[in-house]
Amino acid sequence: MESDLAFIWAAVIAFAVFAYVVLDGFDLGVGILFPAYPEKDDRDLMMNTIAPIWDGNETWLVLGGGGLFAVFPLAYAVVMPALYAPIIAMLLFLVFRGVAFEFVHRTKRGRKIWEWAFSGGSIGAALAQGIALGALVQGIAYDNRAYAGGDWDWLSLFSILTGVALVVGYALLGATWLVMKTEGEVRARAKDIALKALFGTLGLIGIASLWTPFLNPVYFDHWFKFPHILFSVMVPLLVAGCAYLAFDGLRKDKDSQPFLACLGLFALCFAGIGISFYPYMVPPSLTIADAAAPDDSLEFLLVGAAVLVPIILAYTAYAYWVFRGKVRPEDGYH
Amino acid sequence: MFGFDAIELARLQFAFTVSAHITFPAFTIGLASYLAVLNGLHLVTGRQAYLDVFNYLKTIFAVVFGMGVVSGIVMSYQFGTNWSVFSDKAGPVIGPLMGYEVLSAFFLEAGFLGVMLFGRARVGPHLHFFATLMVAVGTLFSAFWILSVNSWMQTPAGYGVNEAGQFIAEDWIAVIFNPSLPYRLAHMVMGAYLTTAFVVGAVGAWHLLRDSAAEAPRIMFSMAMWMATIVAPIQAYVGDMHGLNTLEYQPAKVAAMEGHYETHQGAPLILFGIPDDEAEETRYAIEVPYLGSLILTHHLEGEIKGLKEWPRDERPPAEIIFWSFRVMVAVGVAMIAIGLWSAYARWRGRLYEDLWLHRAALLMGPAGFAAVLCGWITTEVGRQPYTIYGLLTTTDSVSPLHAPAVGWSLMAFVIVYFSVFGAGTFYALRLMASPPKSGGDDVDIGPTRTAGITPVQSFPRKGAAAPSHHPAE
Ligand code: HDD
Ligand code: HEM
Ligand code: HEM
Repeated sequence: MESDLAFIWAAVIAFAVFAYVVLDGFDLGVGILFPAYPEKDDRDLMMNTIAPIWDGNETWLVLGGGGLFAVFPLAYAVVMPALYAPIIAMLLFLVFRGVAFEFVHRTKRGRKIWEWAFSGGSIGAALAQGIALGALVQGIAYDNRAYAGGDWDWLSLFSILTGVALVVGYALLGATWLVMKTEGEVRARAKDIALKALFGTLGLIGIASLWTPFLNPVYFDHWFKFPHILFSVMVPLLVAGCAYLAFDGLRKDKDSQPFLACLGLFALCFAGIGISFYPYMVPPSLTIADAAAPDDSLEFLLVGAAVLVPIILAYTAYAYWVFRGKVRPEDGYH
Repeated sequence: MFGFDAIELARLQFAFTVSAHITFPAFTIGLASYLAVLNGLHLVTGRQAYLDVFNYLKTIFAVVFGMGVVSGIVMSYQFGTNWSVFSDKAGPVIGPLMGYEVLSAFFLEAGFLGVMLFGRARVGPHLHFFATLMVAVGTLFSAFWILSVNSWMQTPAGYGVNEAGQFIAEDWIAVIFNPSLPYRLAHMVMGAYLTTAFVVGAVGAWHLLRDSAAEAPRIMFSMAMWMATIVAPIQAYVGDMHGLNTLEYQPAKVAAMEGHYETHQGAPLILFGIPDDEAEETRYAIEVPYLGSLILTHHLEGEIKGLKEWPRDERPPAEIIFWSFRVMVAVGVAMIAIGLWSAYARWRGRLYEDLWLHRAALLMGPAGFAAVLCGWITTEVGRQPYTIYGLLTTTDSVSPLHAPAVGWSLMAFVIVYFSVFGAGTFYALRLMASPPKSGGDDVDIGPTRTAGITPVQSFPRKGAAAPSHHPAE
């Protein structure tokens, strides 16, 4: 009998990855939208909405990776070499984007460079993450505790589709975030973009969802066999519900409803991937139980996580609270 | 690729990325603590100059911290991308320690960083001090856990091995507080404090050379010199104890550091020379008789093992660490000298007027970085040919990658790091070259700071929220 600890940990890691995707998702999204806002003042304002919180958001990525290393070392050891190129690319793009927050204000002549770094870094990181996700869903060649595929296995039509989908999805999160945090012209344009991105995201989610079950017969079974089918019917309905709320919020000019509804969309997609994968950690061959570290490692870190994660959530919420409300261009500068 | 195989490229890549990373924490660990001290001093004394220095260094901190974060994120994925076999085998033991680092340190830093950088006007001085303190505590927790990981790889303890060939923990306390942790932790944290002190001291000296009456540079210079006077000698002492600990657990490393190929009773101390691993001798050695044994065993006739005691393929390369060790020690000695000189100048009441002292301090500004890098190179290269000392060799740790993939990514890292971090270093230096402003608060440091913040004097401090901001709904 396998221990439950592995499954608890799978849930914790899933939570960390989800937290990363939505939190860094909206701040990467703000960067993705830069090309639509050529003016310096608008760009400053947009960056200001995320400057105090992006570092905390990105820490969930470290927890996702570091956590995987700690509790599913085998999965980490197989996935990282398999996704070598997209992961390295993502890290490098994140370098550009992360430093841009400070560098943009440290130079007048070089400012344009760091605006490009910010925007290009955000787009590139999102694309690389989406490609990595697609490659994982497609399945990873595995043999004798190691990755058994080639250097280019990650590249396929499907992974490019998921890459593009994630860029559009993050743009949606970023646009609805700006709707919530800004006013006036910036907000109006964000609303416009959000509508388009909403349709784009829904379309791409649709294609990816129809494609996924055919990638691997196991996914097909997960989705279309009883009792799963009951759930499979519900997911599209819930997606439709969230899409309606997002659309409705944008139409009625609500501040936070569109953003929250889009978070819902992401949660549902994430749950969908979870349904496809379970009980696998690295499809098609490595299960959660196979990949888990020995019980005492799981237990040791779980004690800490049980105490520390709630504290982290509390002070993260506090940090968001300190910087709540609309961010205005005239605030403090000039 | 370029005549290297995948494993050499992976090692180069790891060495390059971790060396780039450590440069930033070496500075931010110290600076975070220093900022907390300045903030606290301002709170207690109400003296404006402390806040001026705080605001001045805070901007520099933000630039460097950002580089530390992005290069650190790279590190947490490098274990998997380049050292997957190592990750699979050692993950169950060191993974949880790094997990604790994320949970107890990285979130703490990142969570309070925003408040520390941008939130003084919003939360008031007390909570702002608290946030600064949490960032400092976070950097120290981070150092604790990552050094526990590294020390376990140097002096493994408290582990077993399971059927899958993975290391497992049998006693977590023994794993975490493994034999070399106390020395490495103390030595590294003090190294970071010294690195910061010498940077801050150089900044202070630079501005004192222009205007020896300026208040903020005086504070920086004086505090930095206290650090040099007190901590530099302690650092040498702790370094000596660290070396004795290494002699006990990794005698081959010490033999290579000392440049000894032969085992000696009453070994000399080789001050300089050119080790040659091929010929197994140190050429042109300048020696002090018996001193080697005296330092390492505290006896004139103590026995020091030479590298010939180990088969060739189990020796670390003396050609590298003989030198890296000497550079670190030389920097340490120079730091002690500056500490003594400044103590003398202080005693004579000439601390702010002694131009030669200021020039020397300016020259020593980057010294800490050199010492930290050389210290780490000694530690890590001296661990070869193992990743986990005596248990897992480097050749058995590497991922099943092909040389082109690692080669291209290495090249990308080199290009991106040099251009991006080069630019960052330039901006940091430019900030340091401009003198601290007095009297202002968050006004003058660029638009980022102004996320919803108006200058502090424009509204009453009571009530944390700035008037310019409005709840979302
Ligand atoms: C400002 C930084 C700094 C300064 C002035 C010194 N060190 Fe150091 N040293 C470090 C910063 C450092 C370090 C970067 O922090 C290392 C690398 C790993 C570690 O734990 O500390 C280190 C490692 C290190 C080691 C390697 C131990 C091992 O890995 O097994 C020894 C023996 C010493 N030091 C000894 C000294 C001595 C005798 C010094 C006398 C002046 C000295 N250090 C100055
Ligand atoms: C504390 C955290 C650290 C850990 C866990 C760590 C771990 C490792 C690992 C896994 C390797 C690769 C295997 C090998 O070639 O030995 C390595 C090599 C290396 N590391 Fe570290 N390292 C740490 C800190 C540092 C720092 C701060 C430096 C800074 C200079 C450094 C310098 C090197 C060098 C130069 C090598 C290459 C050694 C060689 O291949 O000869 N390490 N380390
Ligand atoms: C190979 C080993 C290492 C890994 C995997 C690693 C990982 C990381 C990561 C992921 C971050 C970013 C955290 C964030 O998001 O805020 C970071 C920052 C940091 N690391 Fe490392 N690190 C390593 C080596 C070291 C060493 C040797 C030290 C010092 C003893 C150190 C001290 C710090 C500190 C203090 C920070 C905070 C950021 C800063 O001050 O620049 N790390 N590290």
